[in-house]
Amino acid sequence: MSIEAEHCAVGPGGPHLRVEVLSQPRYLAGLRELVLTISRRLGFGESAAGHIALAIDEALANVIRHGYEGQTDRPIFLAVSPIEENGQPAGIRICIEDHARQVDPSKIKSRDLEAVRPGGLGVHIIREIMDEVTYEPRSEKGMRVVMSKRITPGAAEGSGAPAPGGKSAS
Amino acid sequence: MNEELQIRTTSRDGAVVVSPVGEIDMSTSPQLRVALLQALQTTPSALVVNLSQVPSVDSSGVATFIEALRESQGRKIPFTLCSLAPRVRAVLEIARLDRVFAIADDVDQALEKKAS
Repeated sequence: MSIEAEHCAVGPGGPHLRVEVLSQPRYLAGLRELVLTISRRLGFGESAAGHIALAIDEALANVIRHGYEGQTDRPIFLAVSPIEENGQPAGIRICIEDHARQVDPSKIKSRDLEAVRPGGLGVHIIREIMDEVTYEPRSEKGMRVVMSKRITPGAAEGSGAPAPGGKSAS
Repeated sequence: MNEELQIRTTSRDGAVVVSPVGEIDMSTSPQLRVALLQALQTTPSALVVNLSQVPSVDSSGVATFIEALRESQGRKIPFTLCSLAPRVRAVLEIARLDRVFAIADDVDQALEKKAS
């Protein structure tokens, strides 16, 4: 089976790193660690790097849980690019692609947080943490989510969550 | 797939303290869910989840806490999370659940709250 990703291919002007992984929850910890380490190296503080790793975990878990409905033998592509300005890291962009069923991006919503119930928090967490989140169908099959977050210069490193409706900084 | 989470369950003055060790995510949260629901089956005077050795929790872990909270409420058993690492507390804050759960600094404080 050909498992070619459309936009996750490593190359000049594209992602600097690409991982192809089976849709198995056991690999989430390693992928979190990878994203955590890269985020730190790009200049994010400890708290923000942890938040970014959490957002990526949630996006990957959504692919496994909802996209592939728990199937553990399907491909997921994770690509990471630095956002650069004047040759300096200014943020991070992460692209996750799959071969799962396609859904209307407008249907991908956070749930009502007033209702205290299990499930449905992943999309909310992703949107709270990342500056930009775009879901789109790939041209042939599967979905793509592109998430980015910028380093905020001079922002104090905090240990807490992003302010409600706001974003954690560097 | 649940091989990475160790869970220690102890009894103290009629309460049960469940202490997972490791990261709680989609892979490991089913294991924690079983431990918490089993603990509630024993009808303890309180259930405390000691998170001192848990560096991070994702939404599947939060969902597990919510399910255990609901089950505890149904049985009128106080349910407390304690010793939250910054990243764990942050997830609850992002999900706006930090005021839904009883949160203590450590196990001793959690058990004192139960007694008071």
